[in-house]
Amino acid sequence: MRHRVVAVGLAVNARRGHLKVFIGMAAGVGKTYRMLVEGHAEQEAGHDVVIGLLETHGRADTARVAEGLPMVPRRRVRYRDTVVEEMDLPIILRRAPEICLIDELAHTNVSGTEHAKRFEDIKAVLDAGIDVLSTLNVQHLESLNDHITELSGVRVRETIPDAILARADEVVLIDLTPEALLDRLRAGKIYPSERIDAALNNFFKIENLSALREVALRQVAEEVGAKRLTTELVGSREESLAADAPHAVGERLLALVEPYPSAQRLVRRAWRSAQRLGAGLDLLWVRAPGKELTEDQQRSLAALRQLASVLGARMLEEESDDLIAAIVEVAARRGTTYILVGGSRALRGLGRLRTPLPQRLMQSLPGVDVRIVAHRSQRPNGSSLEAL
Amino acid sequence: MNVGVIVAVACAGALFGIAAGYWLPPHGLRPARNRIQGGRRILLPFTGEEISRRSFEAAVRLAKAENAIIMPAFLARVPMNLPLETALPVQCARGMPLLEAIEQRASSLGVPVDSRVGRGRSARDALRKLLEQEDFDRIIVSADEDPRVGLSYEDLRWMLARVPAEILILRPAPEDTRRISIETVKGHF
Repeated sequence: MRHRVVAVGLAVNARRGHLKVFIGMAAGVGKTYRMLVEGHAEQEAGHDVVIGLLETHGRADTARVAEGLPMVPRRRVRYRDTVVEEMDLPIILRRAPEICLIDELAHTNVSGTEHAKRFEDIKAVLDAGIDVLSTLNVQHLESLNDHITELSGVRVRETIPDAILARADEVVLIDLTPEALLDRLRAGKIYPSERIDAALNNFFKIENLSALREVALRQVAEEVGAKRLTTELVGSREESLAADAPHAVGERLLALVEPYPSAQRLVRRAWRSAQRLGAGLDLLWVRAPGKELTEDQQRSLAALRQLASVLGARMLEEESDDLIAAIVEVAARRGTTYILVGGSRALRGLGRLRTPLPQRLMQSLPGVDVRIVAHRSQRPNGSSLEAL
Repeated sequence: MNVGVIVAVACAGALFGIAAGYWLPPHGLRPARNRIQGGRRILLPFTGEEISRRSFEAAVRLAKAENAIIMPAFLARVPMNLPLETALPVQCARGMPLLEAIEQRASSLGVPVDSRVGRGRSARDALRKLLEQEDFDRIIVSADEDPRVGLSYEDLRWMLARVPAEILILRPAPEDTRRISIETVKGHF
């Protein structure tokens, strides 16, 4: 059972705090160090700065640079038979500094604190009008989890929604070449000596770090691009429309599939688009109630499920005799921003008089893009495939 | 010619048109040539970013002769330290464009295609799992595939001994330099 923060005696600050996140490709690149350095700079500029939570991981350099900054003591929380130390959110809110340094944005709190996740604690601090400096490793971003798991062979359990980073006012990439990071590791500046060999043999491999660095650089580049586009919209009609619309925190694609071989291609195209947009992908099959599948359709359905699993997409199966209503319901539930459909099968008889599916989708889902995936091999002007 | 005859001819023409539209391809019930029916199934497994063009051409020739479906299958490998159900976006970034290239090429040659993705601890394990789920009439592989990344000679021996399908292994040849690769669909996949 979690407690609510009761802001008794606290003046509610109308101004929301400013969130600055230092992001890096891995532990040891210097995110916490840089956060502390900035904390000192703010303190010297006359601001009231405190450390809300600091994880030095036994690094002497980090501990040294924290000296001189006041620190809110951790509180001890009993969890089952042990006592765990956690950030003391109520004390921070009562202390109400101008700037609070809170390490490890993706941390999961122990049960018995106000929130399950530290980013929720940080939101409470920001809502109280306190500026926050925090740190994050790129592998903790939810949308990158599968990608980084495959690259590094390590699945990170503590993830945060990408929207948290998107809402940060500033994102600063702390970059280091993989070679320099490995030098730091071997010199004992990241982990104690007994953990160095294990780290070198597992996560800290040059190919892992190079790939993670690329991911981190891309992520920050996309954040910068998104913020630039948002800035360009200031004062425009689009901005006012965007303010009225429900907040879509990122792109989410929905591909409408049926258990036929041609659906595989649609899924591949949808996945490729999702990769390019950094978006999540759902596949939806709306099954007519009581409809029996042929053997071929059963095989196609199994193949679609397997493809979805390998690609990291989510396969949704709904039973309804109203296709459009089912799609609209799923799109609303999943926060879909983009729908992909294959070329329709030709209609016969009176079916020709019916409005085509893409048009019905556009009418029923205003604000959601609809894309029809064509079959490339049927292009009339030939294709580069002839050069095969 | 009186009006009645004209109306009767027009009605007959309209009825004939509707009936033809209902029955004939591409819109009608009568099966079009490229519509997939439950025929023979030719598996074309691969693991990398390209396949031998000879094996692809052999698959197309056989599919045309036997009215069969080509089933290109990308075999993805899951590292031992990850669960078998792990999503594999990095490998898929290589395998999906090649599936696309094969499918487009085969479709443009009038051969139906039904793609698959297999996942296992090794290429052989992925293939075994795929074969446990579905039956195939033929499997076509090229012996020139790089055994370090694709199916090894041990795997080919295993297939010959254990897989209940006709196995067609193409011996290495000078024209093996001709490949079908993901470059084919670069820019539009």
